[in-house]
Amino acid sequence: MDIKPGSPYDINGACFNADMYVKKVLKESNLKQVMDHEREIHQDIQSLHSDMQTLVYENYNKFILATDTIGKMKNDFKNLEEDMEMLLSKMDDITKSSETITSTLHANRDEILKLSETHKLLKRFQFIYTLPTTLNKLLLKEDYAQVVQEYLHAQRVLTQYGNQESLKGILNDCNNIVNELMQILYSHLRDKDITGKELTKSVDLLLQLDEPVLSLCKEFLLHSKNRLFESLDVLQLQVENLNQDMIEFIDLGSDTFLSQLCIVITSFNDMFIENLSKNDEETDTTLNQLNIFVEGNMIRYLEIVQCYIDKNTSDTAILVRALDRFFRKLQAIGKLFSYKDFTLNALEIISSAARRQTKIHLAMLKAHFNDKLSTVRQSLVSLQKLNDNGFATESLTSLTSDIIEKVKGILRDISTFLEPEVSFSTKYALRKSISVDNVREGLVVGFLHYLSSAARSYTICTPCPPAFLFLIMTKMCLEYQTSGISYLLQLVDETYEINKYFEKKPKNSSQLSSEVELASDMHSAAQELVNYYVRVEGLAISQMLKKSVETRDWLHSLEPRTVRAVMKRVVEEITSVDSQVGELFEEGMRTDRSSDSSRRTQLSRHIRAWSSGGTATNTQTFSAINRLFSERIDIFSPVQFSRVSITTGIIKISLKTLLECVRLRTFNRFGLQQVQVDIHYLQLYLWRFVSDENLVHLLLDEILSSSVHRCLNPILMEPSVVEIICERG
Amino acid sequence: MSNPLIYGVEFQARSLCSLHADMDQVSFLIGTQSLNTTNNQVHLVKLQEKTNTLSSHIYEHSVGEIWSLTASPMDKRLISSCYASIERDCEKCTALWRLPENDGHLENVLNFPSEKYGTDVKVTTFHPTNETYMASVVDNNIVMWDIGESGVKVICNAVLDGKGQPRFTTGKWNPQSVNLQFVTADDCNIKAWDLRSQAKIAWSLDGVHTQVIRDFDFNPNRQYYLATCGDDGYSKFWDIRNSSQPLISRADHSHWIWSLRYNPVHDELIGTASSDGQVLITRLVGISSSAIENEDIKTKTSVEDKIVATCDQHEDSVYCVEWSATDSWILASLSYDGRLLLNKVPKDEQLRILL
Repeated sequence: MDIKPGSPYDINGACFNADMYVKKVLKESNLKQVMDHEREIHQDIQSLHSDMQTLVYENYNKFILATDTIGKMKNDFKNLEEDMEMLLSKMDDITKSSETITSTLHANRDEILKLSETHKLLKRFQFIYTLPTTLNKLLLKEDYAQVVQEYLHAQRVLTQYGNQESLKGILNDCNNIVNELMQILYSHLRDKDITGKELTKSVDLLLQLDEPVLSLCKEFLLHSKNRLFESLDVLQLQVENLNQDMIEFIDLGSDTFLSQLCIVITSFNDMFIENLSKNDEETDTTLNQLNIFVEGNMIRYLEIVQCYIDKNTSDTAILVRALDRFFRKLQAIGKLFSYKDFTLNALEIISSAARRQTKIHLAMLKAHFNDKLSTVRQSLVSLQKLNDNGFATESLTSLTSDIIEKVKGILRDISTFLEPEVSFSTKYALRKSISVDNVREGLVVGFLHYLSSAARSYTICTPCPPAFLFLIMTKMCLEYQTSGISYLLQLVDETYEINKYFEKKPKNSSQLSSEVELASDMHSAAQELVNYYVRVEGLAISQMLKKSVETRDWLHSLEPRTVRAVMKRVVEEITSVDSQVGELFEEGMRTDRSSDSSRRTQLSRHIRAWSSGGTATNTQTFSAINRLFSERIDIFSPVQFSRVSITTGIIKISLKTLLECVRLRTFNRFGLQQVQVDIHYLQLYLWRFVSDENLVHLLLDEILSSSVHRCLNPILMEPSVVEIICERG
Repeated sequence: MSNPLIYGVEFQARSLCSLHADMDQVSFLIGTQSLNTTNNQVHLVKLQEKTNTLSSHIYEHSVGEIWSLTASPMDKRLISSCYASIERDCEKCTALWRLPENDGHLENVLNFPSEKYGTDVKVTTFHPTNETYMASVVDNNIVMWDIGESGVKVICNAVLDGKGQPRFTTGKWNPQSVNLQFVTADDCNIKAWDLRSQAKIAWSLDGVHTQVIRDFDFNPNRQYYLATCGDDGYSKFWDIRNSSQPLISRADHSHWIWSLRYNPVHDELIGTASSDGQVLITRLVGISSSAIENEDIKTKTSVEDKIVATCDQHEDSVYCVEWSATDSWILASLSYDGRLLLNKVPKDEQLRILL
């Protein structure tokens, strides 16, 4: 049977309707079922009934018990009331008896108080009497602080009553013990191995014992000095051995010397300065002592560091890092010890280190340059013929751009001094001295000056280096003049912000060497070198010509058949020199040339003058007039930096030499004709090398006219024959 | 140099000497060099101080062209010449001449028998103090002559030996030496010969120029100091006690330096002549005799070495310079075209030296 709970059919529900339930059961179930159901319900009713009976019984029992208890309680309360009344009366009795006792005892109380006082005093006396032994014991236990405390405790009394016989002995004993203690403490001060803490304690105790501050200071500082000196000696040893790297050295210095110094300063401050804050005069003197002490030690330390840096040759990065640490440490000390600023000294050391570093770099740069130069020189010597076209430009690069690259590297290297993370890089004066004095003026400008002077020095060098070297160096100087100098200066000005230091005034010429000055110096060096080159080459060719004229017997010459071999060699030599020059220098300006054909037919003016039937005097007059109207030839006018100008210079010197040689000889007819042939040959070949061919003509004319003068029988050859001989040979 | 006095010879010339014995007047001798005339001449040029003009005497030297000319330091009429003899196929000879009272031919005093020593006589010089001694430089020989009463005698002959037929370029007596010391130049070397003991070389400066030494001169006032010049265009100044390094080396000329002379009085002034056509007067105070005198006065020694005068009025190579024996401010220079210039030391330089 499915019955919803709460419905009237729920037999356990509250709104159960028995009639409806029976009806329902009857309606829905067959007889058997009804009977079963009836039996079920009957059983349920029976069990429920028995349950109810038990419950009722139990509760009844409890109720009876409760009623009994209440009855008992009523009786008990009656007893309690009686007892309370009894207690009250007894308390009253006690109060009364106590009052009587108090009143009886009052008379004796004062006496007892006095007695206890006396007892206390006696105890103290005992303390004093036992003091020496106590102190001794403590001393043996090395509990010095306690000793001092006890002593100070008793000292007042002892000194107050010290005139009494009995106490005098004690006082003496105590003093002896304390003296002993002070001895020990002082010995601590002198002891090398004692720690700072113990030392401080000792000093503190001594101070408590009213030792004079000044002498204590002295003792203390003396002691500290010994210890500091030890560490300084260790450092000194490092300087001599130099087996550590720079950073390690600085660290060692900071760890030993500087930290010790710091401890000394702090403990000194703690011990003396703060205790003495009242007495100005004494403070001053102690402070003064400290100052002298610190300064003395620091100066020695700085000297050692300076020494080390001077001797050490580590590279810039390490140097800068070490210096950075060094500077930071000193700054820290500056915070601790404010009376003197050692960072200034440190800056000096740093700037000297920077100066030294730049100097080393400069020296290396110079060596490098000399190296390259001697390499070029050597290869010039070994390279007999300079047909290798790349050689000149290659050497030139090795002397210019390679060097400039090197300088660039050095600038980068030195600039680590000024990197922002380096602690001292913010110091203006230091920056300025490094940037302006050391790097710009010292290194870059110094090197450029060295370059020009080194190049110059080759002109007085013996034995004379290969002539081509001068040409290369000339070109090198020119390259520096036109681009190298400005590039380097710009680079250094930018990297080191040189202009920053000269913002207020316009660039002061006395402080900064200007680009123009350097360039003009370089230019003049180049000029000297090229002049020297022309001179050397000119003299070399001159020598050939000279020998050829001097060794021949011109008075007994035979009729010329060919051009003399030396003339061909001269032309060859000039051609090769010209091509050498051409490798490095531009062509240069030429005056207009006459056409080739006209040159071929052109006759020497002298020949024409001569063949028109003149005499020697005539020719001389002619040559004088000729000179009057032609421009004066400067045999050695300043050479310009062009191929033509250089070659012209060499040719001029050579021809002038030929002229001088011819004038020293005397010719017969055929000798003169030989000269005529030679001259014509030169005329055919030399014009192409010079800036103004008239110049060559003029000089050659002069030579011919001089040989006419020096001829006993001056008859010239037919020009056509001369031409044929020249073409043949 | 402002306006030097000019004297012109119409032939080429490469010999000039100062007439040392004439102490009254500034006078120079020029010898012409011309193959094409038998009429070579010696010109005696004198400065007329009153009018500041030049006057001249012309003497005929008909034996040949003159290559070198020297005047006696004692006798102002006595000169010697080296010439290319026309008679003997241009071989060079040397002779002693006396200047006649009036213009005309030179009086031949004697001919030196130089031909047995060689064909190229470079120079014949008078001993600075002994009238009877003379010396000639011939090829690789030094021949010392005695020209006493009994004609010419050979006293001594020193020979330069070596490979490649060395020859002397020039020579002169060492005026600083009291002995008979004769100094020569050959190629790049300077040698001093002690003529008392045949061919003994007293001292030498070897390989001091890269090319031929053309001329040298002794400092007249400072012992051991010598100047050389040559084809390498350098003039070098030496202390002969230290032959390794010149005291000063200068390259002021652009071609051969042919002649170099110390000023006889103010030896800080040096005149040089070069085939670049220039004559220079260079002041070198540091190595002069006045530097010793003023050793304690440092201010004077700080005067820098420099060229104090440049003469570029020659049109041709200049082969000779000579200081006047009388007026030490006058430097004569002779160029190949026969032009003689009497140059004066600039006024302010004169003042600087005198004050």
